[in-house]
Amino acid sequence: MAWHIKNNEMRIVKIHEVKTEAHKVKTIFFEDELSSSAKPGQFLMVWIPGVDEIPLSISSASDKLASVTVKEVGEATRALNRMRKGGLLGIRGPFGSHFKIDGKNALVVGGGIGTAPLLMLVNKLLSEGAKATFIEGAKTSSEILFKDQLTALHEEHGLEVIFTTDDGTYGTRSLATEAAERCLSEKKFDSIYACGKEAMICKLYSLAEKHKIPMQASLERIMRCAMGICGSCVIGKYRVCKDGPVFDSSQLREIRMELGRFQRNFRGERVPIEN
Amino acid sequence: MLGQIETEIADLRLRNPLILASGILGTSADYLMKIAQAGAGAVTTKSVGPTPREGYKNPTVIQVECGILNAVGLPNPGIRAFVKEIREMRSLEIPLIVSVYGFSPEEYVEVAVMAVEAGADAVELNLSCPHVKGAGAEIGRSPEMVSLVVEKVKESVDRPIFAKLTPNVADIKEIAVAAASSGADAITAINTVRAMAIDVETCRPILANKIGGLSGGAIKPIAVRCVYEIYEAVDVPIIGCGGVRTWRDAVELMLAGASAVQIGSAIAYEGLSIFKTIVEGIRSYLQRKKFGSVREIVGLAHKE
Repeated sequence: MAWHIKNNEMRIVKIHEVKTEAHKVKTIFFEDELSSSAKPGQFLMVWIPGVDEIPLSISSASDKLASVTVKEVGEATRALNRMRKGGLLGIRGPFGSHFKIDGKNALVVGGGIGTAPLLMLVNKLLSEGAKATFIEGAKTSSEILFKDQLTALHEEHGLEVIFTTDDGTYGTRSLATEAAERCLSEKKFDSIYACGKEAMICKLYSLAEKHKIPMQASLERIMRCAMGICGSCVIGKYRVCKDGPVFDSSQLREIRMELGRFQRNFRGERVPIEN
Repeated sequence: MLGQIETEIADLRLRNPLILASGILGTSADYLMKIAQAGAGAVTTKSVGPTPREGYKNPTVIQVECGILNAVGLPNPGIRAFVKEIREMRSLEIPLIVSVYGFSPEEYVEVAVMAVEAGADAVELNLSCPHVKGAGAEIGRSPEMVSLVVEKVKESVDRPIFAKLTPNVADIKEIAVAAASSGADAITAINTVRAMAIDVETCRPILANKIGGLSGGAIKPIAVRCVYEIYEAVDVPIIGCGGVRTWRDAVELMLAGASAVQIGSAIAYEGLSIFKTIVEGIRSYLQRKKFGSVREIVGLAHKE
């Protein structure tokens, strides 16, 4: 019996291109057949040789190239963002659940670097004939991601795009969740998608429940194996690496006592989430 | 009636002989509850020690040929924080085995005592982690140290203690005899096999810790041999562990001498349904071979 699953295997890929997206945010493109077949919301374990291996959402997947979009927040992401074309990375995955397309009018909300997996989702929604409103929230103008791509989708496919910043330097001065609340009171949506800080997801979850709209949210926890055995990423009775990272309303309901409140640290201890 | 699969280890009654192995998903009460619902006969927690540990940097767990290589580095919140989790685990309807480690016999005692006070039905001594300096296998390779740890823990707790042994020794029988004669109520064999993987493109070891432990299919024949040898050397029950993925693997370890069998890495390939699938497979085997109980096949391969 083969103790082997193709996507578990670590492949070494050469960086094809590095694109600067925003302040401290880069998109790293590489060639990898399995990553190219990834669905929106799935993630990779990316090994930066000699440094660390971290989970990252797939930000694009085309016939030739796939990418991850990375914000510099610590040692591993800093090392990754300093890598150049031709550099070598180890890739495992794609892993986990993905955003499923259901409904005809979607509200998609991305907070900060949480926007990374959502461009793929929006492309899929539009290609399947759904309408979509995209809210991207950032701290400040220099942190807005995918401005050009989103603007193009607005012009060519009628995607509604709302940018919000905490300081009002770009788009509306408000939180992404406040913009979502306004959208929900003005228009009818039949699905909500979210990725970002857990406080944002938590707030959107309450809004979705209030308006009785099905929601799918991508969650993040410490990950090690990504194969569903080490237990590092458990939240309630779910493993974020295997049962998630994308959870639907019925699953979110089961973990609502944990959501936005607790996570497990590297020691496996359940600790409050600092927002 | 044919095909009874209930069994026991020391004074633990198991509804079936499948036990969740240590280090696999045993970090939280919620998740162990889910494993119990999936049909395990008992569960073992991830190893807990006297003080918190963060574990190593990634990569910590990777797939290699025929198995999984890991050096996670014993991350755990320390027994003082973990007792909260153990107390929540008491609502499990199956036996709870708490895996403990230490850097000295006194530390093993300290952790085991607190685990039992919090509600552990049994304690499994991790004398075999292959990748943490000063703990686990560094103690478990010495028959004298194993005797000392087992004896001291046995004196201090009134629940059964299992000694989980490393295969990374010249003679595992010698270690098993040391554990059993010092009071271990059962022997768990085996922990992972020391191993390594190097990436040829970057010319580097892949695991951050460089060396780790191999589990999965590759080590099953080693586990079968170890269980077989230990069965001939000691009188206490043996819990077989290493590369069990099908009922055939479980039965093979039992024929070698295991009274119960642990499931670990195979969950990455089969999911949690593995418990029910293997239980059904063992039951069908027993019925087909006209065995009344799973106890009848333990050590059967030793018969002339």
